[in-house]
Amino acid sequence: MSSSMFKQLGKAIAAAGAAVMMITAVAACGPNAATPSEAGSASGDSTTTTTVKARSLDDIKKSGELRVAVFSDKAPFGYVDKDGNYAGYDVVFAERLAKDLGVKPVYTSVDPAARVDVLASNKVDVTLANFTVTKERAEKVDFAKPYMKVSLGIVSPEKAPINDVKELDGKTLIVAKGTTAEPYFEKNYPNVKLLKFDQYADAYNALLDGRGDAMSTDNTEVLAWAKANKGYTVGVTELGDVETIAPAVQKGNKELLDYINSEIEPLGKEKFFHKDFEQTLKPVYGSEVDPDDIVVESGVVEESK
Amino acid sequence: MQGANILLEPGVFPRLLQGLWVTVWIAAVSVGLSIPVGLITGWLMTLKNPIIRFIMRFYLDFIRIMPQLALLFIAFYGIARMSNWNLDATGACVLVFVLWGGAELGDLVRGALQSIPQIQYETAYMLGMSNWQSFVHVILPQAVRRLLPGAVNLSTRIVKTTSLAVLLGVVEVIKVGQQIIDANRFQYPTGTLWVYGVIFVMYFIVCWPLSLVAHALEKRWAND
Repeated sequence: MSSSMFKQLGKAIAAAGAAVMMITAVAACGPNAATPSEAGSASGDSTTTTTVKARSLDDIKKSGELRVAVFSDKAPFGYVDKDGNYAGYDVVFAERLAKDLGVKPVYTSVDPAARVDVLASNKVDVTLANFTVTKERAEKVDFAKPYMKVSLGIVSPEKAPINDVKELDGKTLIVAKGTTAEPYFEKNYPNVKLLKFDQYADAYNALLDGRGDAMSTDNTEVLAWAKANKGYTVGVTELGDVETIAPAVQKGNKELLDYINSEIEPLGKEKFFHKDFEQTLKPVYGSEVDPDDIVVESGVVEESK
Repeated sequence: MQGANILLEPGVFPRLLQGLWVTVWIAAVSVGLSIPVGLITGWLMTLKNPIIRFIMRFYLDFIRIMPQLALLFIAFYGIARMSNWNLDATGACVLVFVLWGGAELGDLVRGALQSIPQIQYETAYMLGMSNWQSFVHVILPQAVRRLLPGAVNLSTRIVKTTSLAVLLGVVEVIKVGQQIIDANRFQYPTGTLWVYGVIFVMYFIVCWPLSLVAHALEKRWAND
């Protein structure tokens, strides 16, 4: 009797031990699984010791291809047109960059979160995907001079337009959560009542329903939206901190960075990005939009009104 | 219904088909390579050698516990950072799906082999067959039948999981769909559902024949 009991006890202990071991194995795998994908989205620690060095200018010229990371579903900046070709504001610049290098551009479609990694792991030479310059990102990649800028814009009904941010005092402003508009108004204009939505689409619908007096988000977004929706106007096109959008290369790839910078400067003389605007953005934004609200030439951001 | 017109735009269908081809290519190559890997893995799993058993156990559990997405990121970004082996996105997908398919199929093979009663081996031995002969002529034909439903299920799972390749920048059917939706955002604001609907049907058309073939084989073998 007792010996069989001991056997059973022994079995139970063994089973418990196995369970614990399995759990620790799972726990051990957890961080393992997380680190590389995290290094994926938020690298910067020891993993920045990139063994995959970026290609030199000579390598690029020799291969005959400039590998560029672009968006493929963010019209009008980077998208694929009806014929299946890459197009957009970023792509026009990429074409030019490659042409002046004497090579062909080869595009890799990226998601916003992958823009840093494709550079760090040398999948592409340069990222031209509406990449806003931020301090955090600048620690992981090297930004060249900017070629575009964004700030906040306010869209309101034409019947009751908001042409100055001060007119919003005591009124209701619709914002989407997680956009720069949310903290900006909370901090600088506490008297404005904020109505927040998780989704862009919901926020726009709220404006259409008249649940708020105006709505604010990136000026590029509201401008395109006002163009598509009759009866609405963007009264304030530039508000808040101006953020710039620039090409990015792998951290430490000074050669290519210098080349891109030396390319952007003379392009300003021929007003290249204004032409780019005319070609790609104007059909979306219409002629009411001042290109100087969006375009940056020669990498010089002018302080505007 | 207006959104349905998006499908009539020239170029939409050919492009979706091109995207589907990428999906099918990745899935077919992965499944094709998984079969030999899975057979060998399954055979190794049945061995009594404790070291081999431990290694196979570790391999299977590692692949099972890890989300495929994490494996894909490791293969695509991780390997490139740790070594000089810079896989392209499609290659990284195939590598991960073969490792995954091989492990899962290996476990199915192990289960199928072990489910064959010992007496079958013994009878084959008594009939004077060598180990290899008994394996090929007696064990394997029975094991394959037990293996089939699970293996077909695994193949359809691999086909569906190829959609994760989008996150590595592979332009397969889902990505093409997103590009088409976005390019027509202003012209057909309600086109989203239609494009995804077509993609749904495409996946169905790819996976359904697999089930049909499996069903037919099972029926045929049931009468043997």
